[in-house]
Amino acid sequence: MSLGITIVSHVPEIAAGLPKLLKQVAADVPLTYAGGTDDGDIGTSMEKINQAFDDNSADEILAFYDLGSAKMNLEMAQEMSEKTIHLYDTALIESAYTAASLLQAGVSLKDVEEQLKPLKVK
Amino acid sequence: MALTVDNLIEWINNFSQKVNEHKDYLSELDTPIGDGDHGNNMARGVNAVQESLTNKKPAELTDAFKQVAMALISKVGGASGPLYGTAFLEMAKKSKDTTDLGELFTAANEGVKKRGGAKVGDKTMVDVFEPLAEKLTQGLLEQSEIDEAVEGTKDLVAKKGRASYLGERSVGHLDPGAMSSGYLFSALIETEGIL
Repeated sequence: MSLGITIVSHVPEIAAGLPKLLKQVAADVPLTYAGGTDDGDIGTSMEKINQAFDDNSADEILAFYDLGSAKMNLEMAQEMSEKTIHLYDTALIESAYTAASLLQAGVSLKDVEEQLKPLKVK
Repeated sequence: MALTVDNLIEWINNFSQKVNEHKDYLSELDTPIGDGDHGNNMARGVNAVQESLTNKKPAELTDAFKQVAMALISKVGGASGPLYGTAFLEMAKKSKDTTDLGELFTAANEGVKKRGGAKVGDKTMVDVFEPLAEKLTQGLLEQSEIDEAVEGTKDLVAKKGRASYLGERSVGHLDPGAMSSGYLFSALIETEGIL
C-alpha cells in the first residue's frame, strides 16, 4: 500500500494514542505520528514530523493535525520531504479515523478526500 | 552603516537578551489570549540560537540567517517557531542578493504572511513586521514607531492563532508575538553601525 497516515499533535500522548484507535480499523495502513516538541513539551517539532514522514513506509502520506501551529511545522516539513504529503484542515480524530478505515478498504485517495470534505473545521 | 556577520550576531544577541529579560512579561501577555508560553518558547529559541552562533561562527550572512532560522524552528515549539524561522529563512535567501535591511525585512514579512496566512490588522506579528519593514526601507526606524506598532495591536480583534478562538474578547490585550517582534526591531536600533 503506497498511502499512509501521519498524525501530528501538540501533545505526545494524543499523537501516540490516536493511532491505537486507528489500528483497530486499519491494521495494514502505514501509520506514524509526531507529538510534542523535541523536549517532549507541549508543541510541535518540524524535525519530529520529518522523522514521522521518513519512518512511514508509504511514499504518499495523508497528514492530520490538531491546532494551527502544528500546520505550520507540517508545511515546513512537507516542503523538505521528498514524499508527497497531503494536509487536511479537518477534525483530527474523526478525519484520521475516516481516512484510516477507507484506506484499509482500498478506497482511492480521491474518494477518501471526498469523504473528508464535510469534516473540515479549520 | 551596513549589515555584517559581526553586527548581525550582536543584533541577535541584543534580541536574545531582551527576550530573556522580558520572558515572564511575554508569557503574561500570552496568558489571557493564548496558551501562556510565548516567553518560555521564545527564550528557549533564542538561547538555542546563541548556542548555535557560538559553537559555529557563520562565515557568511546567508549562513548566519540560516543558523538563526534552524535553531528557532527546532527549538521554539509554538507557532512562533515556524513563523520566526520562516522570517529568518527568507532573509537568508534574500541576503544572497542584498544586505539592505529594508529589503530583507520585506522578504521576511512576505514569508511570515504566507506561512501564517495573516495580514495587517489580524493582531499578529505582521502588524509590527509590515509597517516597520517599510520604515526600514525609508531609513526611518525609530523606537517610537516600534512602540506605536506594538501598541496598535491592543485594539484589534485577533483573526489568527490561539487568540482567534477568543474573537472579540481578545480586544484590549497586546499581541505577544507583536511584542517579541518589537524587541527584534528595538535590538536593531541598539546595534551600533547596523542601520
